[in-house]
Amino acid sequence: MTLLDQPTALEVPQLEATKKRRWTRFVLPTYSWLVIAYLVFPIVIMIFYSFNKTIGSMQLVSFSWNGFTSQWYHQWSNVPGLTASFWLSIRLALVSTLIATVLGTMLAIALVRYRSPRFRGKGAFEQVIFLNIAAPEIVMGASLLGLFVTFNIGRGFLTLVLAHVMFSIAYVTVTVRARLAGFDTALEEAAYDLGATPAVTFSRVTLPLIMPGVLAGALMAFAISIDDFVTSNFLSGSSVPFPVWVFGATRVGIPPQVFVFGTAIFTVGIGCAILSIVLARKKA
Amino acid sequence: MEQPVPPDHPGRVTNRHHRRVGRALAPYLLSLPSGLWLLLLFLVPLVLMLSLSLKTCSPSTGACVMAWHWGEFSSEMSLYHQEFITSLYFAAASTVVDLIISFPIAYWIAFYGGRRKNFFLLMLLVPFFVSFVIRTIVWEFVLSNNGVILGALKHIHLLPSGFHILGTSYAVMAGLAYNYLPFTALPLYVALERIDRRVLEAAYDLYATKRVGFMKVIMPLAVPGIFAAFLLTFIPMFGDYVNQEILGGTSNTMIGTVIQNQFLVTLDYAGGASLSAILLVVALLGIFLYARLLGSRTIEQYL
Repeated sequence: MTLLDQPTALEVPQLEATKKRRWTRFVLPTYSWLVIAYLVFPIVIMIFYSFNKTIGSMQLVSFSWNGFTSQWYHQWSNVPGLTASFWLSIRLALVSTLIATVLGTMLAIALVRYRSPRFRGKGAFEQVIFLNIAAPEIVMGASLLGLFVTFNIGRGFLTLVLAHVMFSIAYVTVTVRARLAGFDTALEEAAYDLGATPAVTFSRVTLPLIMPGVLAGALMAFAISIDDFVTSNFLSGSSVPFPVWVFGATRVGIPPQVFVFGTAIFTVGIGCAILSIVLARKKA
Repeated sequence: MEQPVPPDHPGRVTNRHHRRVGRALAPYLLSLPSGLWLLLLFLVPLVLMLSLSLKTCSPSTGACVMAWHWGEFSSEMSLYHQEFITSLYFAAASTVVDLIISFPIAYWIAFYGGRRKNFFLLMLLVPFFVSFVIRTIVWEFVLSNNGVILGALKHIHLLPSGFHILGTSYAVMAGLAYNYLPFTALPLYVALERIDRRVLEAAYDLYATKRVGFMKVIMPLAVPGIFAAFLLTFIPMFGDYVNQEILGGTSNTMIGTVIQNQFLVTLDYAGGASLSAILLVVALLGIFLYARLLGSRTIEQYL
């Protein structure tokens, strides 16, 4: 076969292919949009039911549709236990995110910058981080409960913070490390050459450059913490976070305000996500 | 302005010495806080749990004594093997369903997503913006006997009025499949996105048809991603009990429910600890097999 033969030989199967695929090329996009509809569908149902009237004096959600009301949005804080658990979850997520982001970023810098002779135990660190992400959450929750029971440590806000930081560090580290991998160390060397101290170099050069990764890690830690049920259920004791409260409520009946909080969290979360995509696109 | 210090100035030497010590310590100082946190609150509890499963606890006082009671594992297994099999079956079936659902969409986004890739990825993640427990409760609503789907189908007489899904194993698997779909779809997307397009073009240049290019180039390169997606979905599903408790009614008990009850309700710490240990071993076995077959570094790419 000569080189000249190639173009004509190539065109034949491709032309046939495009002719045959005229209608099949819609299959994949249609399917994908159906999957997206499937993913969004329960969220629409949740928002829908947050406007549902209740029957009787109990004010608990029912499966049937009883008519439209925006009453639950006006009375969003009428269920004391629910509101308290929501603010507890927010406080818990803020505190554990702050700690986990600082610790996880430090670890990520150590893991990216230093290799075996200068950083012994790097391999062990990487394995522990991997194990931490891969271990079933129920095992981590149960084993922490065992620890606190063994040492007679009372369960409450403090034990929740200890646990949430524990399972967030690995996620922050992985996220920041991915961002650091493409970091140009020449920029730091330039700062040193110009007489900057390590502290100044870190705060004026390194940190601003890895900030997007740090923020992404922090958002991840926040999202994991505020949504955590399994571990929190083992450790909550007297201070009950939002998901644990809601799960407890499934046994006695769910007040419609649960869906109001669900809708609010969803709106804020998706708003932030869309904003970040739009900002990223503007920069690009 | 400060005078530049000459290199042979004594102050400069000690400063440099300090800096060298600091630089040697830097990796350890940076990793110390996380290391301590993970050691004391992740590794120590796991070891403690393993030792707890070998202890015998007095049911009245709750005090535990080390007894090297290996029989605990076999007695727990003979009591709860059914729950283990149920969990294994539910998790495996739902994971396979998730792989089948998410492979085409991951493929479409990776190869044809174009400029809207980020938007589609956000759409894949959209369930995570609603609390996990609330998501599961909403599925209870969706699948309820006269709810949006079953009610409508019964109304047009496509289903008999006595038909129900809630409380069956199908409801649990539907909930699991929905809740963990992003765990499958994202690793698959990462695997497909990473495939070097030039390899595919080379196949076309060598007269491969689209079908052959897919079967002989894309699929083999996606295999590590498919296995990673399987593990990252299967392991959390295996220990899940929220779906079973909310959607499965009183039947089809999964092992997570048993563990949670032993720790929080019956306070049988030794029993719960040994069941957790078995669960952990199953998870580690899967990861170990993956590492042996495909290399330990590759799975981290999908996290």
